[in-house]
Amino acid sequence: MSADPREPVISVRDLRVWYGTERGPVRAVDEVSFEVRPGETLGLVGESGCGKSTLGRGLLGLLPEGAKMDGELNYRGEDLLAKSAKQRRAMRGTELGMIFQEPLTRLNPLMRISEHFEETLAIHEKGISKQEIRHRALEVLRTMGIPPTRYRSYPHEFSGGMRQRLMIALALVLRPAFVVADEPTTALDVLVEAQIIRILHDLRQSFDTAFLLITHNLGIIAEACDRVAVMYAGKIVEQGDAREVFARPKHPYTRELLRSTISLSTTGLNYIPGAPPDLVEPPPACHFHPRCPDAMRVCQTVDPVETTDAKGHRVECWLHGPESLIPEGGRTPLERRELSIADEA
Amino acid sequence: MAATESVSTDTRRRRGVLRALLSPIRETSGLARWILLTGMFITAFFLVLAIFAPWIAPYGFDQVEANGVEFPETAPPSDEHWFGTNVMEYDVLSRVIWGARTAIEVVILAIVLSLAIGVPLGLVSGYIGGWLDRVLVLVMDALFVFPSLLLAIVAGFLFSNVAGGSIVSAALSITVIYIPQYFRVVRNTTVSAREATYVEAANAIGAPRRTVMARYVFPNVVQSVPVIGTLNAADAISTLAALGFLGLGIQPGDAAEWGYDLQRAIEDVDAGIWWTALYPGLALTLLITGLTLVGEGLNETINPTLRKRRLRKVTLPPRQPETAEEAK
Amino acid sequence: MPTKPETAPRHLSEGGDPLLNVDDVEVHFQLRGGMLSRLTGRGAGTVKAVDGVDLQLRKGEVLGLVGESGSGKTTLGRALLGLVRPTSGSIRYGDRDLATLRTGALREIRRDIQMVFQDPNAALNPSMNVETAVGHPLRIHGLVSSKQELRVRVSEALERVGLSPVSRFLTKFPSDLSGGQKQRVVLARAVILNPTLLVADEPVSMLDMSVRAKILQLMLDLKTDLDLTYVYITHDLASAKFFCDRVAIMYLGRVVEIGPTDEIFAEPRHPYTKSLLSAIPEPDPDKALPRELPRGEIPDAADPPLGCSFHPRCPAAFEECGWEGRDLRALIEQHWTRLDETEYARERDLLQEPDLDPESPHQIQLRPAHGQAVEDIDRLLARIRTEDPEEPLWRGVESTDAGAEGVTVRFYEGSDPKLRRAGNVDVACHLY
Repeated sequence: MSADPREPVISVRDLRVWYGTERGPVRAVDEVSFEVRPGETLGLVGESGCGKSTLGRGLLGLLPEGAKMDGELNYRGEDLLAKSAKQRRAMRGTELGMIFQEPLTRLNPLMRISEHFEETLAIHEKGISKQEIRHRALEVLRTMGIPPTRYRSYPHEFSGGMRQRLMIALALVLRPAFVVADEPTTALDVLVEAQIIRILHDLRQSFDTAFLLITHNLGIIAEACDRVAVMYAGKIVEQGDAREVFARPKHPYTRELLRSTISLSTTGLNYIPGAPPDLVEPPPACHFHPRCPDAMRVCQTVDPVETTDAKGHRVECWLHGPESLIPEGGRTPLERRELSIADEA
Repeated sequence: MAATESVSTDTRRRRGVLRALLSPIRETSGLARWILLTGMFITAFFLVLAIFAPWIAPYGFDQVEANGVEFPETAPPSDEHWFGTNVMEYDVLSRVIWGARTAIEVVILAIVLSLAIGVPLGLVSGYIGGWLDRVLVLVMDALFVFPSLLLAIVAGFLFSNVAGGSIVSAALSITVIYIPQYFRVVRNTTVSAREATYVEAANAIGAPRRTVMARYVFPNVVQSVPVIGTLNAADAISTLAALGFLGLGIQPGDAAEWGYDLQRAIEDVDAGIWWTALYPGLALTLLITGLTLVGEGLNETINPTLRKRRLRKVTLPPRQPETAEEAK
Repeated sequence: MPTKPETAPRHLSEGGDPLLNVDDVEVHFQLRGGMLSRLTGRGAGTVKAVDGVDLQLRKGEVLGLVGESGSGKTTLGRALLGLVRPTSGSIRYGDRDLATLRTGALREIRRDIQMVFQDPNAALNPSMNVETAVGHPLRIHGLVSSKQELRVRVSEALERVGLSPVSRFLTKFPSDLSGGQKQRVVLARAVILNPTLLVADEPVSMLDMSVRAKILQLMLDLKTDLDLTYVYITHDLASAKFFCDRVAIMYLGRVVEIGPTDEIFAEPRHPYTKSLLSAIPEPDPDKALPRELPRGEIPDAADPPLGCSFHPRCPAAFEECGWEGRDLRALIEQHWTRLDETEYARERDLLQEPDLDPESPHQIQLRPAHGQAVEDIDRLLARIRTEDPEEPLWRGVESTDAGAEGVTVRFYEGSDPKLRRAGNVDVACHLY
C-alpha cells in the first residue's frame, strides 16, 4: 500500500503517559511520535512492559485514574488532549474504536447480539430505526462471516474466534475512522488467529479505517501491517515501512528481536541477554544500551536523536547519527559488564 | 557458619510469614489508616486494662469492704470510688476494669476455639470435597442461619450443665456461633485455591495430601481470616454482654461482666442513679467500636473489591530543551 | 473408535523397550449439566478430552504433542503424570500401569516423571521461598537427612538451571523474580529428583520472545547433561520444529499425524497439519499472505463431528470422511452470510428448522415452511452447489430425494480413520 497523501487520521508528537507508584513515576510512554493515515495499519510491537498497551489506551483516553498524559495528540486536526472527558467519551465508538484481547469479558453475557448492536447504534445515532439497525448489523456481520441466523444468539453461544469477530463487528459498525486493536489474537488458536488476521487485512480494502495493531507477535505484524513501530521501555526506537524494517532493521533491538524470534526457519537459538528495564528508573540516555551488542560510549551519556532516511524509516540510535552531535570519543564501544542471570529475565 | 546461616533463613522464613500477615496493615493509607489506628488504640487501651486489672483496679470485682470499712450502697462517684458503687456495694470502677478482663478473656478464648475448629474443618472440607464437604456445608449453613443469640443461649444452657456458669462455658457458647463463619470463608477460598497451578505442581512432585493442604493451600488462604477475626470479636463482646444481660452468661460470683451490671442498673435509672449504667455501658460501647474499627480498617485494605487501585498523583516534569535540530 | 496400535519405526532408537507405552488411552469428563439434568439424572454429555491415543515414547527423545485448544494435549500430558486418571486404556511405564496404580505407588513414580508448567507465575507457591520450593521434593520423598544436605542439593540444582550466584536466589520469593527466572526455578524443582521423563506443558509460551530462546536452550542442555526424555506440549509449531525429534499432531483428542520432525514439516500429509503449517505467521513480509485456511473453528468437544473429526473443515474431504446432517445445515448458514438481507429473508422463509435425528445422522430432511414448495428447496440446494462446486460436502452426498414431505439428503456412511502408515509417518486420514 503506497502512502496515502491525505492528512493523517491520528498524529502524535512527543506524547508522554506517566503514572505514579510508591517508588516513583512510571514512564510508561516517554515521548513518542507517529502518524497513522486513513486506510493504513500501523503495527506497534514490543515485549511485555514496553508500554504499548498503555499507549493504545492513552490514545483512546482509557487510562486509569492518576495517570497523566501530555504532548500532542491530534485526531483529524483536533487536539484530543484539550477536550474534556465528556467530549472524549462521545467520540469513542463513532470516531475512535477499540478491540480488546479477550472478547468474552467485553460482551455482556445477558444481552443478545442484536441487543448489543441496538445499544451501540442507538446511543451514537439517535433516532435510528430498529430496521436500520438490523440492516447495518447484518451487513457488518456478513463481512465478518457470521451467519445472520446467529443474530439473536448470546455471546457464550459463540466460540472464541467468532466472539472476536463479533467484537470487531461491533467496533466497526459505527464506522470509526481510527481503531486500536490491542492484542486481538493473543488469546486465540493459530488457525483462528490466521482467519482474524485475514479479516483485518481484507477490511482495509472495504473500509477506510486506520488501524493501530498492538501485538508482541512479529509474524502478525509482517502479515497485516503496512508500517511498524518498535517500542522499547516507553520509547519508539524504530518505525517505518514493514517490509523495510524487517528486511533492513536499523535499531539493534529490532535486529536482535527478529533474530530471537523462533519461526519455522529457525536453525539456532538466539536471545537478548538481560531483561527489559524498570520503567521507574530506566537506564540513562539510551534505554537499551546495557543490553545492546553495539553500544558505544555516547549511548550511555546522551539521549539518542531520531533520524529519518529518504524512505521515511525513522530510528533513534546513535549508530545512525547524527554524526555532528556525537562528542569526542563517543564512538568507542562500551565495555559491558557481564549480564548475569540475576539480572536476566 | 552453617549454624548462623540456618538461623538467618529461619528468621527470614518467620519474617516471611509475619510479613505476609502484617503487610496489609502497612499498606493502609488515608481514611482506612485512621480508622485502623483509632481502633487499634482503643482496643489496646482495653487490653491494658484487662491484662493489668489486678494492679489497676482499686478493688476486687466482688469486694464489698476495704480496710475494715464497708462500702456504701449505691453511692455516687467520690474520691474513694471514682465511678461510685452499685446496689451490691461493689465499686463500679473496679467492676468496669475487671469486666474488661472478663470480656477479653472470653472473647479470645472463643475466637481461638472457633479458629482451631473452623479453619481446619474448612480446609479439609474444601480440599477433599465429596460427601464430607456436602455434610459439613449443610451443618455449618444450618448453624449459620440460626439467630446467633438464640444459638448462644441454647449452647449456654448445654454448656452450663457441663461446665457451670464460668468463663469457659460462656466462651464455648460463643464459639459455636463463629465456627461456621471461619469454616465458610476458609472452605470457599480453599475450593478456588485448590485449582491453582502450584497446587497441581505440588501433587506432581508427589506430595501427600496433608502436605499439600498444610504447606501449599493453607498459607495462601489464611489471609482472609484476620479480618473476620476482629469483626467477630466485636460481635462476640456484644453477644457476651447480651447473655449477661439476660442472666444466662457468667454468673456474678465467677467474674465481673458488663452485661450483667447493665441489667442490674436498669432499676437504678428510674431512681436517677446514672453511674451504675453509664460506665459499664460506655466501656461496652467503646470496646465494640474499637474492635469494629480495626476490622473495618483491615477490610478496606485486604478486601480487593473495596480497594481502589492506589495510583499516586504524578506531575509530568517540564521537557528538556531540544538539542539543536539537525536537518532531517 | 479405537485407533490402530502404532508400529514405531525402530531406526530412531537403539532398540529395546520404549520408556513409556501409551495404549488406547481415553480420558472422558462428565459434563455437569443444568439443574434439570442433575435432577432427572440424565447427564449433559461427556467431553472426550482424549479419545483413544496410542503412543510410544523412546528414551532420550523429545516428543512433541502439538495441537490447538481442545486437542487434548494438555490432558494427555497430565495423564502421563497421573494427575488425571484415564477412563480407559493403559500407560505402561516399565512393568507398571500408571492408569491403574494406587495413589501411594503413583507418588513413587513421581520421582521419575516430572512436569514443567505453562505459567511460571502460577506454578510456584507464593508463600515458599526458592530454597524451600526447590528442596521440597527431596523432603517429601525423604531423600535428605539434614538441612545442610538439602541446601547443597538445592544449590546444585539452581546452578544447573543457571541461577547463580546461588546465594542471591535461595531466599527470594516468587514475587521477587522475573518470568524467566521463575521458570528456571520450576525447572530446578523438576530436575532435582533426577527424573527420567519430563513433561513440559507449554513451558515458554507465556514468556517474552527474547527470553524463550534462553529457556529452550536451557532445556536442551539439561537434556544432554541429565539424559532426560521430554514430552513437549505446545501449540507453537515453530518451536516444536526446532525442539522435537518426533512430533504428534493432535486434534479433538486424537493423534492425527505422528512421525519424525523433519518428515512432518517437509511433507505434511494430514490436511490439518498442512493448514497448521501454512497458518503460522512468518516474520517476513515477503511471504505471501493468501493461504489455504480451513473454514470454521474447532468443534465442541462434547459433540464431535461424525467420522473423521476434521471433515467439516477439510478442503480435501470426500465420501469416506463421515458426512452428516449438521454439515449441510452449516453450509446453508455459510451460504446465507454471502447474501444480502432481502435474499436471505426470502430463502430463510423457505425452510422449517431442520431437525436432526440422532438415530440417523447420515441423512437430513429439509422441509418447506408453510406455504412453500419442495421444488424451491431443491433449487436452493442446486444454487448453493453452483456457487461453489468444489465444496467437499457434495462429494459426500449419496442421494437427494425430493419427496412430498421435503428434500431428504442422504450421505455416505463414513468411518473414523485410524492411524495408518504413509511413508515414514503415521496419519489418521482416509486419503492414505
